[in-house]
Amino acid sequence: MKKKFKNIFFILIVLLFFNSSTYSSDQLNKITKNLRCLICQGQSVYDSQSEFALSMKVLIQEKIQEGQSEKQIYNFLKDKYGDWIVYDPEINQKTILLWLFPLILFIFGGLLIARKLSIK
Amino acid sequence: MINQFGNYSLLAAFFLSIYLVIHLSFLNNFKNFKTKPKVIGLLSVQCFMVIVSFISLLFAFIRSDFSNETVYNNSHTTKPIFYKISGTWGNHEGSLLLWLLVLTIFLLIFIFRSNHLSKKLTNLTLLFQEVIILGFLGFIIFTSNPFSVLFPFPKEGLGLNPILQDPILAIHPPILYLGYVGTSIIFSSSLAALVSNSINKLWVLEIKKWILVSWIFLTIGIMLGSIWAYYELGWGGFWFWDPVENVSLMPWFCLTALLHSIIVLEKRNQLHSWVLILSITTFALSMSGTFLVRSGILNSIHTFANDPTRGVYILIFLLILLVISIVIYFVFKKNIPEKKIQSFLISKEITIMTNNWFMMFFLSVVLIGTIYPIFLEVLDGSKISIGPPFYHKLITPFLIIFLVFMSVGPSIKWIKDKKFKIYYDQIFLLIISLTLSYLIIIKLGQSYLFSIPLLGISFYLFFQTSKDFLKKNLNLSQKISHFGFAILILSILLNGLLSKEFSSNMKLGDERKFDNKIMQFKNLETKNYSNFKSLIGKFEIIGENNKLIFYPEIRIYNQPLTITSEADIITNFISDNFLVFNVLKEDGYFNVRYQHKPLMLWIWISVILISLGGILRLFDQNER
Amino acid sequence: MRDRTKFSILIFILIFVFIVFFKGLYKKPTYYPVSELKKIEFNKKIRTLDNQNEYSIFEITNNNFFLVNIWASWCAPCRDEHKYLVTLKKDGVDIIGINYKDKVSNAKNFLEKLGNPYKEILIDLDGTNSIELGAIGVPETFLINSDSKEIIKKYIGPIDYNKTVEILEIINEKKI
Repeated sequence: MKKKFKNIFFILIVLLFFNSSTYSSDQLNKITKNLRCLICQGQSVYDSQSEFALSMKVLIQEKIQEGQSEKQIYNFLKDKYGDWIVYDPEINQKTILLWLFPLILFIFGGLLIARKLSIK
Repeated sequence: MINQFGNYSLLAAFFLSIYLVIHLSFLNNFKNFKTKPKVIGLLSVQCFMVIVSFISLLFAFIRSDFSNETVYNNSHTTKPIFYKISGTWGNHEGSLLLWLLVLTIFLLIFIFRSNHLSKKLTNLTLLFQEVIILGFLGFIIFTSNPFSVLFPFPKEGLGLNPILQDPILAIHPPILYLGYVGTSIIFSSSLAALVSNSINKLWVLEIKKWILVSWIFLTIGIMLGSIWAYYELGWGGFWFWDPVENVSLMPWFCLTALLHSIIVLEKRNQLHSWVLILSITTFALSMSGTFLVRSGILNSIHTFANDPTRGVYILIFLLILLVISIVIYFVFKKNIPEKKIQSFLISKEITIMTNNWFMMFFLSVVLIGTIYPIFLEVLDGSKISIGPPFYHKLITPFLIIFLVFMSVGPSIKWIKDKKFKIYYDQIFLLIISLTLSYLIIIKLGQSYLFSIPLLGISFYLFFQTSKDFLKKNLNLSQKISHFGFAILILSILLNGLLSKEFSSNMKLGDERKFDNKIMQFKNLETKNYSNFKSLIGKFEIIGENNKLIFYPEIRIYNQPLTITSEADIITNFISDNFLVFNVLKEDGYFNVRYQHKPLMLWIWISVILISLGGILRLFDQNER
Repeated sequence: MRDRTKFSILIFILIFVFIVFFKGLYKKPTYYPVSELKKIEFNKKIRTLDNQNEYSIFEITNNNFFLVNIWASWCAPCRDEHKYLVTLKKDGVDIIGINYKDKVSNAKNFLEKLGNPYKEILIDLDGTNSIELGAIGVPETFLINSDSKEIIKKYIGPIDYNKTVEILEIINEKKI
């Protein structure tokens, strides 16, 4: 038992000292993973090798180097292509139900269980 | 000729089905024992007809019989024989025929196992199942017939999409369908039990086996799909929250909840209505999944060809099934032998209900995320995308709480457990887990609010489930499955946190330096195969004390003309090293992407462990 | 809640959901972004194909309306639509070409063989200029109002006869 833990610990310590410095273009990857490739069937710009995706990567990298923030870049692209180019639906009038519905259902579920607890 | 064989057997099965539905509906109070052999006989004939049909299609594919439109659309003479065979179910029409095949076979299995069940229950189950089979037969014959003839006969086919020519993808649909069809038996049987007033121990024990079988196959089926995506699609991911992936995950949440609830029903004779509701919902989700994937309503890399007419048919069929279920439920509600007993807060019943509670939440997140864009577009006209960030944000906080419950829940006793004793070694473990998590997150420089508690509780669950193997009071199948689940969560998290990648545009002979490593593009050669030409690159990544050599490929298929890139993945128990390259417009340049992904193998192993627990449970008659 | 009420609510929700799905089945598969009257903020000076000058798209013509057409010699549908652009030029429409990810020699060959309908051709070697305009790929054509700098109409995919008629109608209508 103790040995098992020792082994686990050992593996974990090894993992800990994994070189954790980040490779280049992390910011670019993060943004392009969140963008839909508009001429593909359900791929992100990050995954796609289409001309559109490649151009997007160049453009976004330029904008990152100009110092633009993620939010600015997303707004820029949403302005040109519509909300659906970004995979993260922000919370606004149109999407409020989207975010609230599961939470409402969760509370409802909790109430049902509470009822089970309090039957006389 | 064989084409017509297949077509006629389908038609025969169709008429048989109509007859069976009428016959079973009018069986005099279902007490007529004599009809049972007759019904079994007819069902066997029906099953045989479907088998004949399926084999006809299979032969048509093997022989590259392009007079058959489905074969023409999806096959090619130069395809290797293995993929000609698997191409049979790799298309819309063929996959439906596979669904039908499994439906009829499962029904036969059910009836052969049903000797100890009441006649009325059996006959009603058969009736409901036949209605489903009839629906499928109608759907196939009228909208998706795999035996339509092309005249004049083309000499060559259009070929199968090369990314589908993969051994894992060949077995992924059949396994998945075994899971889906199982849910139909659960559905029919539950409704039948309700109507025939036989929600009793016998039924519960029987249905539990079907739940286990469906769940095992669905779990493995989903895993196979992920493995395929990881190895074949070339982006190094294994889950993208793509609508088609979600569609297979939703019944899984339901089925897992059902799996746990049926235990409560068995041991404590509680939760009858809930089990029924879950049974109906699981099947509804399986069927809706079929609808969403085949109707063109969803935008995805996985979808079959778009066809609104097919969508309409499935939609109406689904509506009819659901209305019938709801009507039956409310009409026969009085049959449910549920006694309203108070549950105590600290009891296994409550922990299982909590499991269900969270499963339903996760289900609702995935469900709403998948269908909300459709609603928004129809009602408002605007289009939004819902992708990974949405699911991660909503699921993560609740996952943390769920894992806490999962760490303590399974060991709580039935009915009422003593005041929850706090064991010191558990606290010690918790502190270690959180500290470990804290160290890792800080070292990585990550800054997500939930990372530390999430990773911490995952470690804790892992330690707890490991410790559980020493306890004598829990059953082995539960220990294995829960342990597997803990490893799954932990490996997905660590993989996500510790993965690194590097990409660059290179031409032959180029070298790139990154992070104390050197990547060299050493060689490029071409090779010809029967249905594609391959461009094989040789890349070396030289680290401080190791060297990795990769041979990724770019394949140019002849029919249909497609270019795919095949990653080279070096796998071991510590991590995967993944390299893929793609052609760029600039002459001689390739986009090269290298990823280092720790613990990938453990993700697959953990899912196998999870299903192993289920398999063990299925075969062990003597477990508590 | 009484059973009857629960039942009715469920059936109602079910029917509502199915109607939505039913409608959803017949929606258009491609998304034409609602950017009809989007304003172009893109003023960057872009090099011309002959490498002699740099212009922003608003500096090339004095007409009230002009077209921006994104094309490439390697793009097959561009080949198909080209003759319609030539007829539009004959009808007095100024067209600015954006040569997308192309080789100069190939582009010039293309124009020699099929005619040059463009008042000026700007190049886009990495595709970023097209994205700044809000394009998705090739071919794509924008009808732009010079004064307001708004995109009046965007055509994704090749132009055909009907679209040329539409373009001319809009131009003539708005002139009056």
